[in-house]
Amino acid sequence: MKDIHIKFRIGKSIFFQAFAILLSVSCVIPLVAILLYILDAGFKTIRTNGFQFLTNLPKPVGEAGGGIANALLGSIIIITVASVVAIPFGILCGIYLSENRKSRWAYWSRLCVDILQGVPSIVIGIVAYFWLVKPFGGFSAFSGSMALAIMMLPIVIRSTEETLKLLPDSLREAAYALGMPFHRVILKVIVPCGISGILSGVMLSVARIAGETAPLLFTAFGNPYVSMRLDKPMQSMPLLIFNYATSPYNDWHDLAWGASLVLLVWVLLLNILTKIIARRWKVQF
Amino acid sequence: MESAILRSVNYNAYFGDNHVCKDVNISIPKNEVVAVMGPSGCGKTTFLRGINRMHELIPNATAKGQIFLNDEDVMEMHPIFVRLKIGMVFQRPNPFPNLSIYDNVIAGYKLNGIKLPKAERDRIVEHSLTRVALWKEVKDSLNKKGSFLSGGQQQRLCIARAVAMEPEVLLFDEPTSALDPISTSTVEELFHELKKNYTLIIVTHNMQQAARVSDRTAFFYMGELVEFDDTKQMFTNPRDVRTQNYITGRFS
Amino acid sequence: METPSGNKGNRLKRSQRHIKFESFFRRLLSVVGLSMIVLVIGIMITLVVQSIPSLKASGAGYLWGKTWDPVADVYGAYPFLLGTLLTSFLALLISIPFSFGVAVVLGEYYPKGWLPDLLKNTVELIAAVPSVIYGFWGLAVLVPMVRTIEVKLGYEPIGMGIFSSSLILAVMVIPYAATLGRSLIQMVPSMLKEAAYSLGATRWEVVKSVIFPYTRSGLFAGVLLSLGRALGETMAVTMVIGNTSLIPKNIFSPGNTMASVIANEFTEADHPVYLSALIELGLVLFLVTVVINMAGKKLISGFTNE
Ligand SMILES: Nc1ncnc2c1ncn2[C@@H]1O[C@H](COP(=O)(O)OP(=O)(O)OP(=O)(O)O)[C@@H](O)[C@H]1O
Ligand SMILES: [Mg+2]
Repeated sequence: MKDIHIKFRIGKSIFFQAFAILLSVSCVIPLVAILLYILDAGFKTIRTNGFQFLTNLPKPVGEAGGGIANALLGSIIIITVASVVAIPFGILCGIYLSENRKSRWAYWSRLCVDILQGVPSIVIGIVAYFWLVKPFGGFSAFSGSMALAIMMLPIVIRSTEETLKLLPDSLREAAYALGMPFHRVILKVIVPCGISGILSGVMLSVARIAGETAPLLFTAFGNPYVSMRLDKPMQSMPLLIFNYATSPYNDWHDLAWGASLVLLVWVLLLNILTKIIARRWKVQF
Repeated sequence: MESAILRSVNYNAYFGDNHVCKDVNISIPKNEVVAVMGPSGCGKTTFLRGINRMHELIPNATAKGQIFLNDEDVMEMHPIFVRLKIGMVFQRPNPFPNLSIYDNVIAGYKLNGIKLPKAERDRIVEHSLTRVALWKEVKDSLNKKGSFLSGGQQQRLCIARAVAMEPEVLLFDEPTSALDPISTSTVEELFHELKKNYTLIIVTHNMQQAARVSDRTAFFYMGELVEFDDTKQMFTNPRDVRTQNYITGRFS
Repeated sequence: METPSGNKGNRLKRSQRHIKFESFFRRLLSVVGLSMIVLVIGIMITLVVQSIPSLKASGAGYLWGKTWDPVADVYGAYPFLLGTLLTSFLALLISIPFSFGVAVVLGEYYPKGWLPDLLKNTVELIAAVPSVIYGFWGLAVLVPMVRTIEVKLGYEPIGMGIFSSSLILAVMVIPYAATLGRSLIQMVPSMLKEAAYSLGATRWEVVKSVIFPYTRSGLFAGVLLSLGRALGETMAVTMVIGNTSLIPKNIFSPGNTMASVIANEFTEADHPVYLSALIELGLVLFLVTVVINMAGKKLISGFTNE
């Protein structure tokens, strides 16, 4: 009688373990399905359009040989401008938060970073519209960059702060004891020792905004031509995918699949690179 | 005292409301080794860190009084100048993990942005490492990271780093408490050598060590400097009953 | 012995310059740090100010108004509130078993090894895939599948709608609860687990009566973070929800969420009250996600400080 009871409990335990494994493994299915589907559809596009796909402009419906040059270039420009603003700003803010752990102002600043991290990207788009599009009379790549910069900030700030907080105090003291001024202690000792954590935060933030669409809808807006002007609308990869995917034309869907493949590879590579950097560049104590 | 290089006058240190150093008056002669002893929590570290103005780096730590270095009040100087003149070595070896052994030695120059010609740098590195008896051991691996060395070697590297700045006073906070006996005796031998050029102040819990290495000993108790005297005198014939109790192990 | 360096004068001059730069750097850091406060307050003020025309026109009825008809200048947000809540909660319902499964497997059953590492990295990659790509894939693959289900169940075969959006969202939010849950489960003191084992508990009984109760608040926080993410998710939902301002009749109906209406109609809003009504949606979305995220973070910090 007792034996049966114990066997039953053991059986139940094994059952739930197997169930948990089943559930967790099936999480991978959609990701794999998406990857395979996009690999397939994307390569089909690249095969039919050739590798000029990357350097051609989109063609009107019905013409063969369209490409995504405008979106690729636009994405690179928009992301670069966003990074130039957000990375130094974010790292400095992360330093501020880690250096002022107990101050009241830092508490509020930290709270605001937390809030910002949770703000939906579409809301950032609205705000960027009122700050940088409406006052200057039109959609612009620059406003898109700034919207993306705001999205990058919390990621860069938090990863910088978390990394620097973990550095031992003895490091700081060693530097101060040599007569180093505050800014050199930070820039020459603290930041270099935490560089792997800071960099992986930076890369993660770039990967995150590379696929962001919503904040660009009312800012960079999109542009069927190649444009390099920051004060004019500009195309970007996610915008192109959105516009062409929701269009009724098969040619355009194909372009969008090709673009999806490029974007996906780009984003996943950045993510994998981040992991490698975090491991390789870690300073050993 | 005529040849006092370091002199504190009514020095008081606080952590918030916690009064940790109480009216410390001490006068330390040049080129001597001074041991600082006392039970745990009596304010030894705090006093030591007050001397090179490291104390005030801790949030809501404050200090009052005067500390004269060659008749110049340290409390009135900018901390950066103070720390260039008074070097410090910590309880745990803390070489910069991102720098090579070579760069660790000249870290005070390199990280402060002071450019020196290569020959000059090489000379400083060799000279400083020789001083701390580390040159022979590491001269073939100067480009390795400092964190590859053993604990004792790391501690000597940290001393070399302080020595390379040519300070006038060197502060040591329990410099051997994280080291094994052999490394400890190597570092202790160094003190005799370094004394020729510098004034050393060494916090230690180890009475034998104090007796071995120091010329004078200061005894702190509950934030007060109870007694400051010739080391031999202090260990054989302490004047204050609290010192006597401590030396004979009646409280820890 | 000779002294190594004759550069003392040089050194002190350099220090003079350092002292000046030091205070400049401190001030720079403070300015940057405090500008985050300005930024967030600025966002709030912008949203509130731009919502004023709509607040004046529709008042509190805005939230409960059942019709959204820009042509007639009537703005009621109820269909979108309902759409948002339906998609988000349905998505949570679907995703929770999976994310908890991952959390338990990686946190308790197999914390080490290359296979679990692979699973962990893969689950994290789910969060890395851009949401337009989810949307596009949903449109191409998921929507036709849902359509066949609808045919089987006897609903109108539209495919696009609340249910499709929920499925996509469910996949997208799995990593949030899963990674947090995993790290919290790993923090359960082995003492507690061993105590239960020593009384003869099975693995599952330990999970059920030691690990889950111990990490309850943290797991809930993970669910909140997933919810915050689901509420604000825009592109994937916009692409598969069907975009109609009618109140959804069932979970297969097309609809709209707050975020998807904004994405769809913002650039078309041709008069001030219309635009303002959209921004008021943004304001509501902002407030709701902020509250949910803050609650989640509060729970987590409470848990990790214990
Ligand atoms: N960072 C700090 N913040 C607040 N109070 C401190 C701090 N460091 C030390 N104190 C307080 O100051 C007092 C003296 O500490 P100090 O470190 O100077 O003692 P010590 O003599 O060096 O002791 P030990 O022999 O253990 O190193 C202690 O009682 C402690 O409570
Ligand atoms: Mg101490």
